[in-house]
Amino acid sequence: MKTDPRVRRGRIIAGLLYLFIAAVALWVPFYNRVEPSLFGIPFFYWFQTVWILAAAAATGIAYRLGV
Amino acid sequence: MRTDITVVFLFFFVMVTVLGFIAARWRRGDLDRLDEWGLAGRRFGTVVTWFLLGGDLYTAYTFVAVPALVYGAGAIGFFAVPYTLLAFPIAFIVFPRLWSVSHRHGYITAADFVSGRFGSRSLALAVAVTGILATMPYIALQLVGIEVVIAGMGFSASTGLTADLPLIIAFVILAAYTYNSGLRAPALIALVKDVLIYVTVIAAVIVIPLHLGGYAAIFGRIPAGKLLLAPPQGNNFGASTAYATLAFGSALALFLYPHAITGLLSASSRDVIRRNMALLPAYSLALAMIAALGFMAAAAGVAAKPAYAPYFARYGPNFAVPALFLDQFPGWFVGVAFAAIAIGALVPAAIMSIAAANLFTRNIYRDLFHRSLGGAAEATAAKRVSLVIKVGALAFIILLPSQYAIELQLLGGVWIIQTLPAIIIGVFTPWFRGRALTLGWLTGMAAGTGMVASLHFQSSTYPLHLAGFIVPGYAALYSLILNLIVATATTLVMNGLNLPRAVDQTAPGDYR
Repeated sequence: MKTDPRVRRGRIIAGLLYLFIAAVALWVPFYNRVEPSLFGIPFFYWFQTVWILAAAAATGIAYRLGV
Repeated sequence: MRTDITVVFLFFFVMVTVLGFIAARWRRGDLDRLDEWGLAGRRFGTVVTWFLLGGDLYTAYTFVAVPALVYGAGAIGFFAVPYTLLAFPIAFIVFPRLWSVSHRHGYITAADFVSGRFGSRSLALAVAVTGILATMPYIALQLVGIEVVIAGMGFSASTGLTADLPLIIAFVILAAYTYNSGLRAPALIALVKDVLIYVTVIAAVIVIPLHLGGYAAIFGRIPAGKLLLAPPQGNNFGASTAYATLAFGSALALFLYPHAITGLLSASSRDVIRRNMALLPAYSLALAMIAALGFMAAAAGVAAKPAYAPYFARYGPNFAVPALFLDQFPGWFVGVAFAAIAIGALVPAAIMSIAAANLFTRNIYRDLFHRSLGGAAEATAAKRVSLVIKVGALAFIILLPSQYAIELQLLGGVWIIQTLPAIIIGVFTPWFRGRALTLGWLTGMAAGTGMVASLHFQSSTYPLHLAGFIVPGYAALYSLILNLIVATATTLVMNGLNLPRAVDQTAPGDYR
């Protein structure tokens, strides 16, 4: 059975997005720092918290693409 | 005993007890069938599934232990955030397929699927036993969550049976409505639990920093060594690889737990699961805030206050969050927060016991001893097993030091990930041979347990020596790599010998 080319394109986009999200989330040296802090919260903490939203958005996009 | 806290606490506790029993009539089905009792008839839509999975995965132990780790060890405890952040995309890719094939073939457990896919009874048994072994200490740990809040209300100043009485009562009630209503009970109660949790967390991250002089002041009081992960030193990668592998390994393991799979399979369609993987990260945001409570407790200096000293002596850092609430909130709101934690223990404990009961009944009792078991007899057996499991967990916590449960739960994560090749890779390809997967599982179990044992069961971060470097990493991930190597090599050998393949009862179309 052949996959619809639009679904396949969606899979590639979502897959690349996911790889990027995961690579950043697991690349500790990138966020293991205090500055730039936000409202007195060190980068380490606020960045990872914001990154939750990035991951959720990526899943939302994957859902919309019908992956 | 603090009356104000206790009255509010009891109000919510009675409310969820009533809900637990009423739940039997919600979306009424024939509770004498296992898929009705144990999967609520696979009828839950997006909203109920969101509450159910949120209530299921973010357990009371999470609310107590994650901030306790941040409180005690600092930045490393925050690994829970990248962990849950990664878990949902993985689940989005994998688990709609498991839902579809399970729906098509009437599978209730992961072991049912493995049995159909690979035609190997030993592999199905391995998956079932691993699931039960990993779940039992997890249920016991939920009791630790209830225990600390009961202590925080001023009970258990004494020791012995009277001190354990509130815990026993809570568990008897839980056992009764789970027996009666099955998965519908925790699903309905999860609504209350999650609302209470969100209210508590939002109040905490606004009110407590106001008391403590703002976030800058809170983080300013944390010693530099705890604020960030220790950077690599010389040939040792230090905390960085530990953090990343803990996050990644835990994310891979999360949805392999039987209670997670039970929650997923109770969804009414694969689209419900897909949608939820984009919506569930809301709980991860709450988790990040809950983790921050550990720093707030440290900044508030709760351990130094004489009123809490006896509790810290008894419960260690696990008392950090209850102490913080007692220190910062008025009595009635402490009642709300404590109710959130205690109910947060009941929901996953109920789902875990149902999931373990499903596994035992289907894949151990029926497959080994009673091939013709089905219908009402099967459902009754599962209900009884769920009771036995809860009594076992209760006895474990009351009779043994809770340290054992903590160590076993640590091992549980290392064990459950060994079912990944059969379940997660299994929904994509039947390439692996059943026997090869069983052998890989055995290798992974032995290696993972050995690694944790070499650390005296105190940690699951194994210092791997690799080409002159020391790479501390999650033992689950390291042992999974061995598991995969053995499963691949054995499959290649079996293919080379042209050994006959077992029949795959599923077809490619079943997964869509």
